[in-house]
Amino acid sequence: MKIAVVVYGSPTGSGAAASAYRYVSAALELGHEITRVFFYGEAVHTATALAAPPQDENDLLSRWQQLGQARELDLVVCIAAALRRGVLDADEARRHEKEACNLAPGFTLSGLGQLTDATLNSDRVITFGG
Amino acid sequence: MILHIVNKSPFQSDCLNSCLRIISPEDALLLIEDGVYAALDTPRGLASLAPAIPVYALEADCRARGILDQLHASVKPTDDHGFVELTLAYAKSQSWF
Amino acid sequence: MQEADKSLLVVVRHGPYQGQLAREALDAVLTAAAFEQPVSLLFMDDGVFQLTPNQDGSAIDAKNLATMLAVLPMYDVDRVYVELDSLNLRAISPESLTLPATPVGGHALRDLFVNNAHLLSF
Repeated sequence: MKIAVVVYGSPTGSGAAASAYRYVSAALELGHEITRVFFYGEAVHTATALAAPPQDENDLLSRWQQLGQARELDLVVCIAAALRRGVLDADEARRHEKEACNLAPGFTLSGLGQLTDATLNSDRVITFGG
Repeated sequence: MILHIVNKSPFQSDCLNSCLRIISPEDALLLIEDGVYAALDTPRGLASLAPAIPVYALEADCRARGILDQLHASVKPTDDHGFVELTLAYAKSQSWF
Repeated sequence: MQEADKSLLVVVRHGPYQGQLAREALDAVLTAAAFEQPVSLLFMDDGVFQLTPNQDGSAIDAKNLATMLAVLPMYDVDRVYVELDSLNLRAISPESLTLPATPVGGHALRDLFVNNAHLLSF
């Protein structure tokens, strides 16, 4: 089965990103295809490379990155939601004349069309709200 | 038909009640995150739910909150694989948050 | 299932000025419409407050959400519904809403969830 996962909740203010991670891991273990993980709303903060959690805390970003790399996941961060909240890749930082960029490797900034595309091309759409 | 996923405590939010207005006997209810507090045997919990509707609670979220052995008898704990299987067994899912 | 299993119901359940959720829901609806995905929109719970008149977002330096929602007909999003119970609970009359939205309850409400292939909630 092809499953699209949509995450809205903040990684620190809600359980959404952690729940989504566990769901995606389990779906992959069961041999299903994750068509895309779309980070929208507050969930764009999941993809900031600048979070530096204490060592004894769950490093959700690294876990997403490792899973993403190992399973070639399409981890898409909504560009409009990300710009609004200060999550930028190098191109966007240049375009908006910002001094730094912070989109973590393994994630891609892209438009809302990727959300529509995921719903059009998946058997299931699972939402993790904040 | 529909898997309803509730992630808010019924003591904090009206999510569960909204879900119960839509839910029908061919559906199922899955409680995750703070939603698992609805699985406790309290009047705020699942009292108004038709007994025919299957109710699941995500085991990890129950265990984290120390309530795994206090769930209402009608609630079935499910692990992460079970969560995935539920989302596939039902044609679509609606998240209430 | 209507229209080759690609139809989408967007369920909006939060008020207009609680963070960015309302406008980001609208953006998702407009994008789906631009991609010609059959999309229906249901306002329920505090989402119905997005449709109440006399909003002035500028009072809190926010964009006026009711004004933004007014673009929906231009994107041919005409399947707009509002849940009756949510209106009644909040003492809102369907006639006062800022968009033509069909009040639904009971079986008609249930049918919206059943007849669309995917559900996206905000």
